[in-house]
Amino acid sequence: MRRAILAVTATVAGLVALLSFKTHAASQQPVASAQPTTAVPPGGRAVTGNVANTAYGPVQVQVVIKAMKIVKVNILEQPTATAHDLQIGQFAFPKLIAETLSAQSARIDSVSGATYTSGGYVKSLQSALDNGA
Amino acid sequence: MGTVVSFDVPVTARHDGSLDDAIGWLHWVDRVFSPYRADSDVSLLARAEVTTDGCAPEVAEVLAACAFVRDLSGGYFTSAPGGQFDPSGYVKGWAIERAAALLTRAGSADHLVNGGGDVQCAGGRGRDGEGRCDPWRVGIADPLHPGGLAIVVEARDSAVATSGTAERGAHIIDPHTGRPATGLASLTVTGPSLALADAYATAAVAMGPDRASDWTESLEGYEAFAITDTGETWQTSGFAGHIGRG
Repeated sequence: MRRAILAVTATVAGLVALLSFKTHAASQQPVASAQPTTAVPPGGRAVTGNVANTAYGPVQVQVVIKAMKIVKVNILEQPTATAHDLQIGQFAFPKLIAETLSAQSARIDSVSGATYTSGGYVKSLQSALDNGA
Repeated sequence: MGTVVSFDVPVTARHDGSLDDAIGWLHWVDRVFSPYRADSDVSLLARAEVTTDGCAPEVAEVLAACAFVRDLSGGYFTSAPGGQFDPSGYVKGWAIERAAALLTRAGSADHLVNGGGDVQCAGGRGRDGEGRCDPWRVGIADPLHPGGLAIVVEARDSAVATSGTAERGAHIIDPHTGRPATGLASLTVTGPSLALADAYATAAVAMGPDRASDWTESLEGYEAFAITDTGETWQTSGFAGHIGRG
């Protein structure tokens, strides 16, 4: 099939309060994130996405592309200012990465039930794909 | 704060404008139905500053549908969780279902729209010259093992919706007690309409495992698969026909 995963991001803002349980005070600055792992497997090509600014702080991802597929997603920057941010980093990002990888797997077309979504993650991911295409 | 909607469509949809129309529709729904926008119809209604007559006609349609599911579920689904008018629990699935229908009307036979983990499919994948295609394969996230999949559902012209308590904490309120529902880590409903599948899944989680089992079995045209807090699973009698291999 003329199959193209366009991964269009439409913000259906507010329909689900996803990561927005609490609004951070504007003065809060994100602390530098934990040491990211950015290893690139042999034959892979790393493409870095733009920094996406979110209500929680900047988010930046890097994708490793091999044979036209995303084989790895590295989180280069993520908000870590609060316990809630840590929860996003430790739980939501791994899930988003798994979703990203499985969504393009030959055997899985999509994932149901993975409702954690970060606008910043997707924005930066999209720009990485745009940069790398 | 939003969710992400991804479209898996034939490349032609990019050129005939139908994809732009579907995205435009979602933005319109956001403007009219978002409880986070002070000037949305839903916010105005919640503050009793307008009646449904003063809203987009779709608002009355959504309210009627919410009332239908509320009655069918014995009050376990509500358009006012926590007492405040907020039909988001229905709107999300409904909006995605409509976005997919818009692509169908534009002539697309095969597409999949996923909004924050709720999926509406049409046709299948890999259609050949004779019109044969494989069903879409939708992985069901394992709520107890983040990043993993519990099972795979095969879908053609149908929807897959999953609600649960595990992912975002206990965020589904049992309207009868006002307290967060417990017992079901996730419950997946599959059937023709995503709007209904999503609302049914939410109602079933609010019910808890004991009630949900009988209730989902009684739903015509819809099947369910549940994972309890302790990792046990159960499914309705017709669900097995939707499970994909490996």
